[in-house]
Amino acid sequence: MQQASIITDEMKEQLGVEGTPTILEVEKGHIRMMAEALDDPNPLWQDEEYAKKTRYGGIVAPPALLCNARAGTGRGVQMKSPFLRALAGGDELQYYLPVRPGDVITSVSKIAEYNEREGRMGKMLFTIIDTTYKNQRGEVVATSRSTSISY
Amino acid sequence: MAKQLYYEDVEVGIEIPPLVKCPTTRQLVQWAGASGDYYELHYDKDFAQAQGFPNVLVHGKLKFGLLGQMLTDWIGEGGILRKLSCSYRGTDFPGEEIVCKGRVANKYVKDGEHIVECEIWTENPSGEKTTPGNATVILPSRAQDKKEA
Repeated sequence: MQQASIITDEMKEQLGVEGTPTILEVEKGHIRMMAEALDDPNPLWQDEEYAKKTRYGGIVAPPALLCNARAGTGRGVQMKSPFLRALAGGDELQYYLPVRPGDVITSVSKIAEYNEREGRMGKMLFTIIDTTYKNQRGEVVATSRSTSISY
Repeated sequence: MAKQLYYEDVEVGIEIPPLVKCPTTRQLVQWAGASGDYYELHYDKDFAQAQGFPNVLVHGKLKFGLLGQMLTDWIGEGGILRKLSCSYRGTDFPGEEIVCKGRVANKYVKDGEHIVECEIWTENPSGEKTTPGNATVILPSRAQDKKEA
């Protein structure tokens, strides 16, 4: 007898379906919190006087700002899994434009694919989620591809 | 800040200056707040142990952020980080050193952009690559600067 796939029809129906958007209003305080959490003293993230003299013309956000739950990475989609335990598998970010304080970033995610694999602890489900981040002018500032592993 | 890195300064095989970190549980809580990731696995030791881990885990995305810091330190304000990618292969625990490292894998000019591709990773105290990945950066070029001057 063929072993049943853990990827159900209900899960397949979610492939490519755009999830609820996440809106992130980028504030200097949030950028500072992120820089502090990374312990990253780069003045480009925090020092307006310094940043003004660079080609950015002002403070910008560090790369990690667009790779997390608050920025909507992998959020808003109907993730289903037969397993209870989950881990992040990886992230790939493509950056196109700087993100600045005052920007309003709208991110939309969708499930791109599922893969099932046999791991040390039995079956594992890999869910690949793509996210697009646009600013208030509708410009794509970044895209991401994230892998979530449940087992 | 350190002096600007140029495309001409970079050769295939050279190493990116490593960034040594040692996240504390406190830093994981700061990251949870900043990133909005409140998964208990990263601050509740009982929860982590019930899942079979000896301690709470460093967030994968925090390691992504640290690799980003290594790269933005290296390329300076004149460089552009175009792509950053990594896999969370191994677990890291608070109180243990995480060393972010990288090496130049390729460099080329395309559509007027001076592109450098790098292999990047984090290393744990046993020397295991717990977060392997790659990055693409665009660097300023001395030759181009001269042309524009």
